[in-house]
Amino acid sequence: MGSYYINRTFFFDVHPPLGKMLIGLAGYLSGYDGTFLFQKPGDKYEHHNYMGMRGFCAFLGSLLVPFAYLIVLELSNSLPAALLTAALLTFDTGCLTLSQYILLDPILMFFIMAAMLSMVKYNSCANRPFSAPWWFWLSLTGINLAGALGVKFVGLFIILQVGWNTISDLWHLFGDLSLSVVTLGKHLTARILCLIVLPLTLYTATYAVHFMVLNKSGPGDGFFSSAFQARLSGNNLHNASIPEHLAYGSVITVKNLRMAIGYLHSHRHLYPEGIGARQQQVTTYLHKDYNNLWIIKKHNTNADPLDPSLPVEFVRHGDIIRLEHKETSQNLHSHYHEAPLTRKHYQVTGYGINGTGDSNDFWRIEVVNRKFGNRIKVLRSRIRLIHLVTGCVLGSSGKVLPKWGWEQLEVTCTPYLKETLNSIWNVEDHINPKLPNISLDVLQPSFPEVLLESHMVMIRGNNGLKPKDNEFTSKPWHWPVNYQGLRFSGINDTDFRVYLLGNPVIWWLNLLSIALYLLLGSIIAVAVQRGAHLPAEVEGLSQVLLQGGGQLLLGWILHYFPFFLMGRILYFHHYFPAMLFSSMLTGILWDTLLRLWAWSLASSSLARGLYVVGNLSLLLGTAYSFYLFHPLAYGMVGPLAQDPRSPMAGLRWLESWDF
Amino acid sequence: MLGFLKHPVVVTADINLNVVALTALGLLSRLWQLSYPRAVVFDEVYYGQYISFYMKRIFFLDGSGPPFGHMLLALGGYLGGFDGNFLWNRIGAEYSSNVPVWSLRLLPALTGALSVPMAYQILSELGFSHCAAMGAALLMLIENALITQSRLMLLESVLIFFNLLAVLSYLKFSNSQKQRPFSPSWWFWLTLTGVACSCAVGVKYVGVFTYLLVLAVAGVHAWHLIGDRSLSNVSVLCHLLARAAALLVVPAAMYLLFFYVHLSLVYRSGPHDQIMSSAFQASLEGGLARITQGQPLEVAYGSQVTLKNVFGKPVPCWLHSHQSTYPMIYENGRGSSHQQQVTCYPFKDVNNWWIVKDPGRHQLVVSNPPRPVRHGDVVQLVHGMTTRFLNTHDVAAPLSPHSQEVSCYVDYNISMPSQNLWRLDIVNRDSDAGVWKTILSEVRLVHVNTSAVLKLSGAHLPDWGFRQLEVVGEKLSRGYHESTVWNVEEHRYGKSQEQKEREVELHLPTQMDVHRNLSFLARFLELQWRMLTAKSDGSEHKYSSSPLDWVTLDTSIAYWLHPRTSAQIHLLGNVVIWASASLATVVYTLLFFWYLLRRRRKICDLPEDSWLRWVLAGALCAGGWAVNYVPFFLMEKTLFLYHYLPALTFQILLLPVVLQHISDHLCRTQLLRSLFSALLVAWYSCACHVFNTLRPLTYGDKSLSPSELKALRWKDSWDILIRKY
Repeated sequence: MGSYYINRTFFFDVHPPLGKMLIGLAGYLSGYDGTFLFQKPGDKYEHHNYMGMRGFCAFLGSLLVPFAYLIVLELSNSLPAALLTAALLTFDTGCLTLSQYILLDPILMFFIMAAMLSMVKYNSCANRPFSAPWWFWLSLTGINLAGALGVKFVGLFIILQVGWNTISDLWHLFGDLSLSVVTLGKHLTARILCLIVLPLTLYTATYAVHFMVLNKSGPGDGFFSSAFQARLSGNNLHNASIPEHLAYGSVITVKNLRMAIGYLHSHRHLYPEGIGARQQQVTTYLHKDYNNLWIIKKHNTNADPLDPSLPVEFVRHGDIIRLEHKETSQNLHSHYHEAPLTRKHYQVTGYGINGTGDSNDFWRIEVVNRKFGNRIKVLRSRIRLIHLVTGCVLGSSGKVLPKWGWEQLEVTCTPYLKETLNSIWNVEDHINPKLPNISLDVLQPSFPEVLLESHMVMIRGNNGLKPKDNEFTSKPWHWPVNYQGLRFSGINDTDFRVYLLGNPVIWWLNLLSIALYLLLGSIIAVAVQRGAHLPAEVEGLSQVLLQGGGQLLLGWILHYFPFFLMGRILYFHHYFPAMLFSSMLTGILWDTLLRLWAWSLASSSLARGLYVVGNLSLLLGTAYSFYLFHPLAYGMVGPLAQDPRSPMAGLRWLESWDF
Repeated sequence: MLGFLKHPVVVTADINLNVVALTALGLLSRLWQLSYPRAVVFDEVYYGQYISFYMKRIFFLDGSGPPFGHMLLALGGYLGGFDGNFLWNRIGAEYSSNVPVWSLRLLPALTGALSVPMAYQILSELGFSHCAAMGAALLMLIENALITQSRLMLLESVLIFFNLLAVLSYLKFSNSQKQRPFSPSWWFWLTLTGVACSCAVGVKYVGVFTYLLVLAVAGVHAWHLIGDRSLSNVSVLCHLLARAAALLVVPAAMYLLFFYVHLSLVYRSGPHDQIMSSAFQASLEGGLARITQGQPLEVAYGSQVTLKNVFGKPVPCWLHSHQSTYPMIYENGRGSSHQQQVTCYPFKDVNNWWIVKDPGRHQLVVSNPPRPVRHGDVVQLVHGMTTRFLNTHDVAAPLSPHSQEVSCYVDYNISMPSQNLWRLDIVNRDSDAGVWKTILSEVRLVHVNTSAVLKLSGAHLPDWGFRQLEVVGEKLSRGYHESTVWNVEEHRYGKSQEQKEREVELHLPTQMDVHRNLSFLARFLELQWRMLTAKSDGSEHKYSSSPLDWVTLDTSIAYWLHPRTSAQIHLLGNVVIWASASLATVVYTLLFFWYLLRRRRKICDLPEDSWLRWVLAGALCAGGWAVNYVPFFLMEKTLFLYHYLPALTFQILLLPVVLQHISDHLCRTQLLRSLFSALLVAWYSCACHVFNTLRPLTYGDKSLSPSELKALRWKDSWDILIRKY
């Protein structure tokens, strides 16, 4: 993806641009020339200089460990807890694997952890409001939030967490009667500035850079509207000049207004037997092609309107027209047959010979929200085509046709006159030699429009990533139990391969810790609510557990549970931000548990011994498990693990692991 | 103890004439001309077919909701003596004389009518004045959409009734908590809360949102209870246990009970069988059970079997093969093995029969005594009609090039050896030596040479494959997926050694006799799972709408049109009520936050008890509105205006709360207060006027002229049907 930035060609991806931009920058600085194709996993890099990009991701990935260390240290004030957390993240094979390659995830996790760290740091400056460190950490939180959101939309969850923290913070301040309303106003303004205005500005700025860098036409054009494409040099709409008003005889392409539907298209293939009438297919197609060209003709004459002796006649709102497909000379046609996929709609076909068809070829052209008699403008008019005989509206259902339709999208005529974008079109290309051309620079959309449109396209793209019925998909409940990994490289079973799988010892410890935390937390909370008097030491520990741990638990919940609601296709690596929070929780919990246990013992030397031994055994245990599982991340060869000859034999603790 | 000997037995009855009057008015408005129109109105066409299924005791599967609601509707049919013989196929079709329309529509109408006095009671239990309570009930009374929805065989009014009942009984319970905990009435209302919640969930899944709301409120109250240091630990524990039993255990048990009754009512096989597993189908009377009844249980070497894919998507189908071979070259230029096709076929066919063969022996018959096949055994599968072996090899499958092709091996005498050994992996085995059982065992067939797993890819083959479904060998099997699991459906012990005899045998129906039954719990789990995963095709509908349209009433649904005149039933709300209810919600939210912030700064505008009342009313009414409305934004199914009605009911309850609050606390002078009351009267008469104007569309009893109808079209988005003469 970074290649696109280096080549400056426009592309389309479902994620926001910052992560790819950073990778592109790293590649650019390290001398990568953007020529490698990145077509499929397993391709050899050969002479391409990719180490810069990998190094960049790995560097960000390794910063996660010190960040986690600092966060836990800040939250718990306990060195062993922080060390344990750092060890968990260092020795986790999953985090290691994920940060070794050119992926968005290490960048995303970097920003998430950095935001969390600056938020925690800022909380600890709360007693010195408006001091320099206070401002520093507050604005750094904002910057990192922008970074997280700019890499992937998952960054939204850390924004929610920071937002929650800010609201409770403000609520706390608000209840402090010693502060005047003016001071409160200052607090509120500072937060709005640093946590809302600053991130939004930065986020928008990344887009500004994105659009500025990518100013050449590329593979992503077809996903965007006509106006959008006019920005891209190399696109046929860039600096184009075409006739402004539609006239009879014009050759046009018609584009659906809904994002990522494409152009009205037809080709010399018939609908197959049994699917409506056996006439020529009409579809929508995302790419530019000669088969997208249509000629506007009057419904009642077949005379060539381009005949120079005839005066130019403009098409007006409410006119009855015929659309003739230029390549095949068939008319756009509809009738009372059900559409191939959307059974409640009517089928749309190409019909007639050399432009002569029947009355089912007549369409009324209407401009949305216009009066009768107005001319129709290229690109800017939003038009609807209403079938005269059945009264239905030409639209695209957005569903993909099977093989016989070349996997283009279905075009139907919908009898429901609801106004949806699916049934609104605009004219994009327009060729008419009899009309004067005008320049289309006026068309250039403003930056907010471009921003909005690219977000719409991304959201649609995300929703479009739906799993198919008979495919194996990763389910959110698989993740915390480390049910199944993801194969990163190697095509054949026995090749050199890297397998993304969490270190099971660490992951299962995390899982256990969450359960223990909930148990311990609710016991303490109930005890406090019942008014039990806790000894001072326990009181302090339970404060750490409830407040510090509570924040981490909230982080885990926010980064995990929303995935259950998502309809899109999910992958194992989506869990990793949540896993970071859960590891930090583990660190705090075990430290607290050991301290509580040590406290409950009478003799102090025994207590100290127990505390040290407990911490050491946890550290060494994770280190040993890393020794066992490190080939997952650093690569392994040889037969699969169910084979006793494999180096990984005996480590396949779950049947679902296939390394 | 024997107190009644000393004192006379006295029954004192408090009759609140308001409630009586409201009930009477509610009944009048909902039951008036109930059996008109004698035609199928809108979604009656949908619920009606399930009523018929109940009447005929035929099994069905409806993914839209649990069976309790359908059963209640069917109860009406049962009481009215409906025999289920009516073809529910078209909205507007006249009912034949055997359909007891009145009694079918009675139950929803009754629940709709009872919601009116319940609104009154909820507000008085919340501690608001008698006036406010009357106001709420009177608003419910003249809400056109609620009336329309209650007068037909639809479930919304039943759902609303149970929602309100749950809230009401929880309030009664929490009020008696203050006076006499653990008294009979305390227990009664607590249990009724749980029962009403489970009924609400049982009618429609969306009832779960009200249930969660009640649980949350109960949880907060319980948390306060834990903090109450005047109670002993034991009594706190008793309180918590009682609540857990009534609000968690009782609903779960009731929910199971609904399914138990449902499954014992519909025991005959019917058109929806196909979706269920073979084991489930075999537990129904008729259908598959008639075939499988008496099959031998254990699959042995030499058994003749049909193998059904467990996943059953896109359609349920059986492993199949036929004489035709894979085309030498596919359309996209790839080559095939040109061997005999193996597919998955969604119809019963003699070509679905396979024979389980021991690779070590030649016989295709079952020995005496039969040798059962166990987990881990290596078997060959022989296609019954063509005697070819099920085979897979390193050739790309026709439509899924990443998987292996599965074929029946044809020996072309080229260097492509047959690879026809399959290891049996029984997924739901009891032990590692588990026996392969008909219907019950779910098995995976793992290819011995390549460890590929036999899988239904779900793709339809092109014409050369007769549009049957593609079967492949999945090489990198990533874990368990139901599309790789198969079960034996029909089964018999093969007896004929000769091919000709065997073909005759394959055409015969299976016989012999063993009876099997699935436990209720297994049946419940499967049914529930299928209901939740049943895909409703998100088809658009002429009257479908988005949640944003609901608040402003920007949409409507035409329910029914008289075949000749312009009389019609149209789902339309009382505009005045909708607008003021939404306004009240906004006012409530703003006021709430205003008070909350001021209290935080230690400025208390409200006395403590009226603040608590205000919060509780808001939590239940505004909260009820939010939980019944917001989740629809996340749902992907087709949505209609009537989905908003449960939320609207809660909003209507909030309206008098806000009005009374304004009059009590914000109108400082007597003059303002009188002015406000006068405004209220004017506003209510306005609402009555709107009700009266829309009444012909609500009851559908009066045919209006086109110009009158046009005049009623207050919004462009209302699709009131106007006949062209």
